[in-house]
Amino acid sequence: MRPGTDLPVLLPPRALLPGPGPGGADPLLLCPSLLVATAAALLASAAVAQTAGDAARPGAIATLLKWAPLVFSGFLLNVLVSVLSMALGTLAGAFLGLAQVSLLRPLRRVAWAITQFFRNAPWLVLLFYAMFLLPFEVHLFGLTVAFPAWAKAVVGLALPVAANVAEIVRGGVQSIPAGQWESAESLAFSRRQTLTMVVLPQAVKRMIPPWMNLYAILTMATTLISIVGLQDGLTIARAALVAESRPELLVPMYLMLLLMFFAYCYPIARWTLALERRFAVRV
Amino acid sequence: MVRNVEKRFGQTAVLSDVSLTVRAGEAVCIIGPSGSGKSTLLRCINALVPVDSGSITVAGREVNDPRLDKLALRRDVGIVFQQYNLFPHRTALQNVMMAPLHVLKQDRTEVEARARRLLAKVGLEPKTGSYPGELSGGQQQRVAIARSLAMNPKVMLFDEVTAALDPETKKEVLVTIQELAAEGMTCIVVTHEMGFARQVADQVYFTDGGLIVEHGPPDALLGAPREPRTRAFLDKVL
Repeated sequence: MRPGTDLPVLLPPRALLPGPGPGGADPLLLCPSLLVATAAALLASAAVAQTAGDAARPGAIATLLKWAPLVFSGFLLNVLVSVLSMALGTLAGAFLGLAQVSLLRPLRRVAWAITQFFRNAPWLVLLFYAMFLLPFEVHLFGLTVAFPAWAKAVVGLALPVAANVAEIVRGGVQSIPAGQWESAESLAFSRRQTLTMVVLPQAVKRMIPPWMNLYAILTMATTLISIVGLQDGLTIARAALVAESRPELLVPMYLMLLLMFFAYCYPIARWTLALERRFAVRV
Repeated sequence: MVRNVEKRFGQTAVLSDVSLTVRAGEAVCIIGPSGSGKSTLLRCINALVPVDSGSITVAGREVNDPRLDKLALRRDVGIVFQQYNLFPHRTALQNVMMAPLHVLKQDRTEVEARARRLLAKVGLEPKTGSYPGELSGGQQQRVAIARSLAMNPKVMLFDEVTAALDPETKKEVLVTIQELAAEGMTCIVVTHEMGFARQVADQVYFTDGGLIVEHGPPDALLGAPREPRTRAFLDKVL
């Protein structure tokens, strides 16, 4: 609000940190030191496993590499589920969020209740409900469409995502100063025009960073689907450990999976931060 | 135009029994201490704020009527705010063009030509492509005036439009309003600029505590106020 201030208390917290000026990225985030560290830990644990293992069997690194493609294919299921449930959740959440700023009181109330319910329910419980309450096939206009487990998982995860997106949308819309509404109204814009031409274009910018943040969280939460029996990265990694029955592989195997998630989510987090900075304080 | 208007926020009467008349082509200034209901009165005139009782007529249209077509009223009544309230995601030109384009559904080339003329008129020809964030307060306020004028309103309301500006930029905005009034635009100006009121207004109203204490031609009211409350206020500000 007050970019020209000299008073430290009025500056946003980040402005107090020594570091790059506007536009530049944070050095801590620019250098992928965390990625390097995780990779190093993976190598180190693999090396430990290598020395600890029985000399007669194939080496730990060779074993890891053998399983890597399969674990990666499982990881791709995680990514697929995350993308689909994010899309579904965003669509539903946009409607829920806009309903929460509706002028119709009953609609606002219902949307609020739905949002609060799904936002404060454990994701895993919602996932269980989706898995066990949704039918395995649906009959549509005489057609029978199979509803496989992964699709149910998408729905199950989309529920909390929708509720969180709804909050992001509501917050974004409400963060637009009242003066914008007032001036649009005074220019004889209808409410719908005010929303679509004045408020939302500004609000969407502010919604993008928290939305991406939510996506990164969702991606990591997709490992929950292994609990309900889907062959995701976690399931396959566990299966590989069982098949090998070599305890020294436990740490490097999970680290490999972790690295895949990290390599996927970390750039999103970095990008989010860059966007946040770009959209920051331009009122 | 405004007759016996009352407006309450909860228990507090913001406006009580306020009446004023503005004829077409007149410029009226409303002065008075902060919190005396000046801004609320303006917002009542274009139905941004509903009134509790009384009657407001704008160009033959009753504002305090549940069947009022608010959008039609607001096409006739332009308002400029203290905080400019430009749309930050649109350029100056787009800000001016938006309402005629989307509300009045006018032809784009015509709207653009008029928007450019209006921006030239408020002295901002070189700034048409700038975003509000790149303009000074005075420039933003002039864009806001052009944006209201683009709707071809019958009445313009100005709500302390220079209160957030420094003396230098204040002047450029006041000159713009003065020119408008001289051209015969009906203006209702809420202001703390006594010099401006004296120069431009046909009538000056002094409000305090939600009441109109007195009104009259600027020289009479500002020069020789009848009411002690007006005198006390003017002694402080002049």
